[in-house]
Amino acid sequence: MIATLRRPAGALCLTYILVLTVIAVLAPILLPDVAMQQAGDLRITNAPPSSSHPLGTDTLGRDVLDRLLVGTRVTLVGLVIAVSCALAIGVPLGLLAGYTRGVVDRVVGWIADLAFAMPTIIIIFVVLTIFPHNMVAAMITLGLLLSPTLIRVVRSATLVVREELYIDAAKAAGLSAPYILSRHVLPRILGPIIVQASLVCGVALIVQTALAFLELVVPNPQPSWGGMIADGLRVLQTNAWLVIPPGLTVTVTILVFGLLGDVIRDTSSAAWSPAPQLMPKQRGDLGAPAQSTEETAGSALLSVRSLAVTLPRDGVPVRVLHDVSFSLDEGEVVALVGESGCGKTMTARSIVGLLPSGGELTHGAVVYRGRDLAALSRKERHALRGKAIAWVSQEPMVSLTPVFRVGWQIAEGVRRHQGTSRTEAWRRAVDLLGEVGLPDPEAVARRYPHELSGGMAQRVSIARALAGDPDVLIADEPTTALDVTLQAEILALLRRLQEQRGMALLLVTHDWGVVADIADRVVVMYAGEVVERADVDDIFESPCHPYTRGLIASDPHHDPDAERLPFIGGVVPRPEDWPAGCHFSDRCDFSIAACTDRAVPLLHLTDHREARCIRTDIFEEAPA
Amino acid sequence: MGSPIGIIVTRLLGAIPLLLAVTALTFVLIALAPGDVAQAILGPDATPAAYDQLREQLGLNLPLHEQYWGWLTGVLHGDVGTSLYNGESVSHAIAQRLPVTLSLMVGALIVSLVVGVALGMASAVRRGAFGRAIDMFALIGFAVPSFWLGAQLIVLFAVQLGWFPATGYVPLGVDSGEWARSLALPVAALAFGGIAAIAKQSRDAFLDALAQPFVSVALANGVSIGSILFRHVLKVASLRITTILGLQALTLLGGTVVVENVFSLPGLGTLAANATSRGDVPMIQGIVLYYAFMVVAVNLLVDIVYAWLNPRVRAA
Repeated sequence: MIATLRRPAGALCLTYILVLTVIAVLAPILLPDVAMQQAGDLRITNAPPSSSHPLGTDTLGRDVLDRLLVGTRVTLVGLVIAVSCALAIGVPLGLLAGYTRGVVDRVVGWIADLAFAMPTIIIIFVVLTIFPHNMVAAMITLGLLLSPTLIRVVRSATLVVREELYIDAAKAAGLSAPYILSRHVLPRILGPIIVQASLVCGVALIVQTALAFLELVVPNPQPSWGGMIADGLRVLQTNAWLVIPPGLTVTVTILVFGLLGDVIRDTSSAAWSPAPQLMPKQRGDLGAPAQSTEETAGSALLSVRSLAVTLPRDGVPVRVLHDVSFSLDEGEVVALVGESGCGKTMTARSIVGLLPSGGELTHGAVVYRGRDLAALSRKERHALRGKAIAWVSQEPMVSLTPVFRVGWQIAEGVRRHQGTSRTEAWRRAVDLLGEVGLPDPEAVARRYPHELSGGMAQRVSIARALAGDPDVLIADEPTTALDVTLQAEILALLRRLQEQRGMALLLVTHDWGVVADIADRVVVMYAGEVVERADVDDIFESPCHPYTRGLIASDPHHDPDAERLPFIGGVVPRPEDWPAGCHFSDRCDFSIAACTDRAVPLLHLTDHREARCIRTDIFEEAPA
Repeated sequence: MGSPIGIIVTRLLGAIPLLLAVTALTFVLIALAPGDVAQAILGPDATPAAYDQLREQLGLNLPLHEQYWGWLTGVLHGDVGTSLYNGESVSHAIAQRLPVTLSLMVGALIVSLVVGVALGMASAVRRGAFGRAIDMFALIGFAVPSFWLGAQLIVLFAVQLGWFPATGYVPLGVDSGEWARSLALPVAALAFGGIAAIAKQSRDAFLDALAQPFVSVALANGVSIGSILFRHVLKVASLRITTILGLQALTLLGGTVVVENVFSLPGLGTLAANATSRGDVPMIQGIVLYYAFMVVAVNLLVDIVYAWLNPRVRAA
């Protein structure tokens, strides 16, 4: 509540409600004649606003402002009845259902479902048929019918709270259930209750004014907001003004309750996090790409040249990739290796130009067949996705759209990239499913994603990536989500496809076993930088960077003697905390003053070998 | 039970308790009321003898459960009772007015769906100021009472511009052009709140769908932006939108009651309001039954559409 008051909108809403309450209490006392006034000054009926009648007079010459003020009470009383009734039923039942669960929960849920399905306004009509003009009965009924929304909110909030430790502690201490519920659970779930209650207030106000408008709850000549709109409606053709003051009052009041609910919700819960950008920005500064240290860059199929990427953290762009360069030749397998949080996936996403929301390529180039992809228009770049460079993600089960048959999804890619007819595309899709080793591809094509196992789903994802017959396949940890036997199968499949089709494969992984099995060359990343590049044999035989050494040494596949398993102390620093010098210096056993002084460049060692380390000489004697 | 027929059968069986509960509740409420129907018919000056005779004639001296059973068997034989006010058959009165209410409700539902989903999708893709505008619009749509909005529409489009009639209804069979013109303003008044609510909730459904991994994988493999938005994301989001639409249909059904009164449309809502102010118990009982049926029908339609859209339900 305090947090709500601190927001200007929240303070304004609460002030408005306070003023309204004061009017509801005082107006009928200060203007005692208005409630029963049959007619006012009949010489000045339908008068426009003037100094003596600030909002004019109605068809019977009564003052509109007076009636509006006096009518506040009956409107608010109806609202309070409905809301208290909804709270009195909804909160205890919701607490009980959420806390005890079991049978009680099911019974309460069943009753709530039933009440939900009742035609609210018609049930209130029934009550008013029996109790004519009885607003109390009508609003109690409304409260009953609105209580299920509160039951649901309270129940689900209670379910969360009851799992918390201090509730268990209170139970263990022998406190009674009513005591625990009222003293420990209820205070914790007040936020959602108040949000829902303010919504119920809004709905109750709508129904109360609607009933008053239909002249079913407030007998003439007593003024009410809804009744005044009805009065105005009768003379609408001649006097359009009369409906304005009561209508605006009702609208503003409902608006206030709605707004208050929104403000309380916003102050009590975290703001929703935005989805990734559908059409990300292109590179910020289009300065000349920096000179790459990669000598083969000119002839490579795909080369990444001194890439720098920023992501927004708390609104401030933070650099998450820095000077990332490597290249991929035709038909070559390159593994991008490192711990999680080192920027492997971010690098892969930069290549296809799909950075997370707010991400920006601030420097460098992604050159595919001599063209800088980052300099292309969105349309040109999108045309290359799937056809030049395709993508397989690490979560096969969620990378397919759940509501379409998998064959359709593959055929969609075929149609898009090869412009074939629907039947031809479907036939190609079935062929592709066969090519990725799925038995009975016809049947699989007709399945939906949820009807596939994880291994099948990954094969389907690969088949879909092949729909455009790509030159480069980027596989982002394609086996991480699968169990061990499947990992080997998927890896073997990727290797076979890569060889048969002569595709280049960029494999993002943290698994050295995968690297040894499939890669031709290795790019090791640490804290947003490339720290080592080498042929696969060289990297296992003599890793040059202390990080690579540590990684290989700590890999369980590599050293079966678990007792002597070495590891690298500490964790990968977050991009905000990168050291000024070598990013690895904090965790490195060989760090010297020169390492932390200034940024370390990628140093050329021998053919195809580079490392971002000034102390590579120390390893020359000692193979890993 | 995965077939559409299975779903329909299950749902209809599940609807029976609701129909029984709503109608039985009406009976209990009426029994609890001070005074009774016989009194209401005869007025305060009736002799005790005439009163007793009428009670017997109406079956009011029977125990409550027998009265209910009698009414229920009548309903199953197609006899929903007769109006106390003018002796008209309740089912006949309702049948005459149902098309008006249904035209209004279905019209408002279609307008809310089309405009609301379009706004929601635009807001999810554009975000920024437009996204916040949708939040504000949803709040205003919730706050502006449909009957007051109706009055403003009459002033502008009927009184000042003369484009549409201010009140009244022309049946579809008489003149389809005039029918549409007579419904334009009521549908607009009723749909305004629906558009706002659907725009906001479908925006949230689209944002959720857009955040799912299948979107970025489809993008990375070159699926066209149009297909991602209008096939993949729209279909995934349509599951939640279907549920939203069902709830909105019930809100609109309640809204018809007031809007019909504003525009003097001879629908179920005006019939219900009149029956209420006249204490016409058999009429209101019949109307309750019809509204409960409509609630059941809406929920059934939602389930069928949901199952049709969602392969997981279909196959389960």
